[in-house]
Amino acid sequence: MFRTTPFHPRVQSANETGLWSHWAGYLVAEKYQMAEKFEYFAIRNAVGVFDSTPLYKYRITGTDAEKFLSGVLARNIQKCLPGQAHYTIWCDDSGYVIEDGVVLRLAGDQFLLTSARPNLSYFQNLIGYSRVEIEEVTEQLGTLAVQGPRSRQVIAALAPEMETIRYFHLVDSKIGDAAVTISRTGFTGDLGYEVWVDSADALSVWDRIMDAGEGHGILPFGQIALLMARIEAGLLLLDADFESSRFAWNDEHRSTPIELGLGWMLRDLDDDRPFIGRKAIRHELAEQTSRWKLVGLVVDWLDYDQMYNNAGLVPPKDHVPVTEEFMLYDADYQRVGYATSFMYSPVLQRHIAIARVKPELAKPGNRVDLEVTVNHRYERVGAEVARLPLYNPQRKTA
Amino acid sequence: MSQPSQRKYDAIVVGGGHNGLVNGAYLAKAGLSTLIVERRHLVGGAAITEELKPGFWFTTFSYALSLLRPDIIHELELTKHGFMPLLMPSSFAPGEDGDYLLLGQDHDLNVKEVSRLSKKDADAYDQYEHDISRVCQAMKPLLDNVAPNLFSKDPEELVAMAALAQQMRDLEPRVLHNAVRLLTGSAADFLDDYFESELLKGYLASSSIIGTKVGPRSQGSGLVLLYHNIGEHDGVFGSWAFHKGGNGGFTQVLARAAQAFGAEIILESPVTTVMTVNGKATGVALEDGTEIAADVVVSALDPRRTFLQLVDPRELPSDLVENIERFRFQGTSAKVNFALDSLPRFPTLGDRGDQYRGFTNIGPSMDYLERAYDEAKYGWYSSRPYIDCAIQSTIDPDMAPPGKHVMSCFIQYAPYHLRESDWDSERQNLGDTVQRTLEGFFPGFSDLVLHREVVTPLDIERVVGLTEGNIFAGEFLAPQMFFFRPAPGWNQYRTPIDGYYQCGSGTHPGGCVMGAPGKLASQQILKDRANGASAI
Repeated sequence: MFRTTPFHPRVQSANETGLWSHWAGYLVAEKYQMAEKFEYFAIRNAVGVFDSTPLYKYRITGTDAEKFLSGVLARNIQKCLPGQAHYTIWCDDSGYVIEDGVVLRLAGDQFLLTSARPNLSYFQNLIGYSRVEIEEVTEQLGTLAVQGPRSRQVIAALAPEMETIRYFHLVDSKIGDAAVTISRTGFTGDLGYEVWVDSADALSVWDRIMDAGEGHGILPFGQIALLMARIEAGLLLLDADFESSRFAWNDEHRSTPIELGLGWMLRDLDDDRPFIGRKAIRHELAEQTSRWKLVGLVVDWLDYDQMYNNAGLVPPKDHVPVTEEFMLYDADYQRVGYATSFMYSPVLQRHIAIARVKPELAKPGNRVDLEVTVNHRYERVGAEVARLPLYNPQRKTA
Repeated sequence: MSQPSQRKYDAIVVGGGHNGLVNGAYLAKAGLSTLIVERRHLVGGAAITEELKPGFWFTTFSYALSLLRPDIIHELELTKHGFMPLLMPSSFAPGEDGDYLLLGQDHDLNVKEVSRLSKKDADAYDQYEHDISRVCQAMKPLLDNVAPNLFSKDPEELVAMAALAQQMRDLEPRVLHNAVRLLTGSAADFLDDYFESELLKGYLASSSIIGTKVGPRSQGSGLVLLYHNIGEHDGVFGSWAFHKGGNGGFTQVLARAAQAFGAEIILESPVTTVMTVNGKATGVALEDGTEIAADVVVSALDPRRTFLQLVDPRELPSDLVENIERFRFQGTSAKVNFALDSLPRFPTLGDRGDQYRGFTNIGPSMDYLERAYDEAKYGWYSSRPYIDCAIQSTIDPDMAPPGKHVMSCFIQYAPYHLRESDWDSERQNLGDTVQRTLEGFFPGFSDLVLHREVVTPLDIERVVGLTEGNIFAGEFLAPQMFFFRPAPGWNQYRTPIDGYYQCGSGTHPGGCVMGAPGKLASQQILKDRANGASAI
């Protein structure tokens, strides 16, 4: 039987569509309004609220917690000070990515790590003699993402200290009587916050946030709007843009951090910090063995429109993300990569994709051909390689 | 008044309305030193947003986007400058008896909603949408290309005419016939073939009268209906969007794009004359006596001012002058804009407010619309006008303070020429009429009103400069379209004066916030420049 999040009574009454899906065993709203695009614009032009409770959450504590995580996570946790957060990944010995998540450093020896899939046994098996405890707290905590240009006004109305909190920082605060942790994080690529609250206080926090958002265009948003925003923001999704190396059947289905465009996490690779995968990643860099580079794609609008117009069709501009593989070719019709997430972006007014191409083609501005079907035939449409994120408003980090 | 940085430009665009901005942006993008000269303190022409009461932003004149050509968005890189067309997720049409039609983004639910009014109309609605979309797809290229010159013997024009004829021949007979029915016939005849629900027909027919002095049963209303469906937003014909910050927000985006390409904009600089020497444009003279030289002068104003005011009509062929003098303007639309304390209440829907996230259409039947037109025929405004409402603060919170709202109401009919009266005397009476009409649909409406702005056709003319307040810079009537807009033989943006061009909504393909005239005119200017056709 599926579970429901601690916000469910509110989620249920707000969902006008009767459309639900399952996410990590929880019942979640695909969309609340008939128009998911309206929810998407709440994220981009007002403020939207997303119940991200189903994400797995682990509390990692103990004297050796930092040391433990600095050996497990690829990104150097030592540089994440108490009150800060990191987007991070963890890799296997061969330098392939297992998963990604956000780690909040609540205190010197206290961390909260999110992941899309369960990872408890994996982490616990690595503890050895370290003085570390890892506890799954998924059910104890409700998480509410408050995202969009007006999110600061809404959150600061409840917790005034949030007015000045910086990107990827966090504070303990109160919303009403409820103790919360608020981080300036999110999965939308916009200005935004995530509120972490004890499940017992979840409903009162939802109500207060909604009240504070009244008149600001606040709307709860579902999975579809989130996935739209995350593609524009160039944020990777497990099982869409990459697979966990733990469960992949072969290396074709595995990716290294470099291949996923996450090389920036490994700037201190030459330090002496040991972490799982370091040796293999160093080898990959030295020998330049990366097979792919993850990039953004922006489809040539003229090419696209002409292709459909010539076929006697109205060019479709569907904003609902498609997580399928679309092959990429060069001018000689040689396969040079594949797109993994494709959509029409309302703010960019273009079809866009997250894709991987051969490293030598990853330079922004390079042209590749994207394969689509028109009138039941394969056709190719031009697309330009672009740096991720494709949509990156200044307010996100300002 | 801001000052131009140079004494001479490659091109000067007279008028910073949206077409002037588009034109100037394209010219600057092509490398021409370009100056856009605007009479008022802000650009945008009839596409502006103004804070008339602190915190309340009014789209004084035009109020939504649909016909804007998608190529302009891309070619002028508008998304880099903040282009953001917000979705209007619903359309609401209250009926007179408390019934209503509420359409949204879910196709099947819309079909169900229509079938609530008439079971027969359910699949007819699908058929209608499909048929209209087929016509729109067929007609779309006409909006995106310079119309051929029907009267020219130039081989290039003859080829263009032949290509156009071939395009028509390539259409399926049903599509071509529907196109002709729409372009020449009445919206009522077209809609009657599909539907029986009066509320649905009223809702759909409302698009057939906007900005034009026709009723839904007048021949010619079909063309207006087609125009209002041929617009597209994110690939959906007939779909409208609300630009962030209103259409003023949009024209500010255009201005930033034009400036990014190097165009210069000066404000509060009324142009009195386009200077000419020996039949060639040499620049413009401003009201304060400043003269600025240019090889190319482009008028973004309406045809009457382009040909009869900015230049001396005696320099023009008399048949052109005659055609411009009889070009029909006869503005027939007004705006009444409200600041509201809260959302209006439609009793049947109780305390719901989500129905206001798009247009609210006060035109509950074809008879209602036709009766509203009857009064205009005899020189008076409708006692129960057609009203197209948009409570834009439900979509964009930046439009009004939290909890408060702005409501833009497009009003028809309000003829420019009133019988034995004038708009200075009738302005507030029109506002009262509109308010009373809204009160009939939304009891208690008047109690919500914090501020009211009444914009008559006379005000449109005075403030924006559009002759007789016609919102399209000349009516959408077949004799004034395509080959004939604004005059036979002068539909390709040139004028008889060498180096003097036109790019306003009075040129092909016409009004609405489309941008196509501005873009197509720039193509013509650049082509002439490349050909050395004129002594530029």
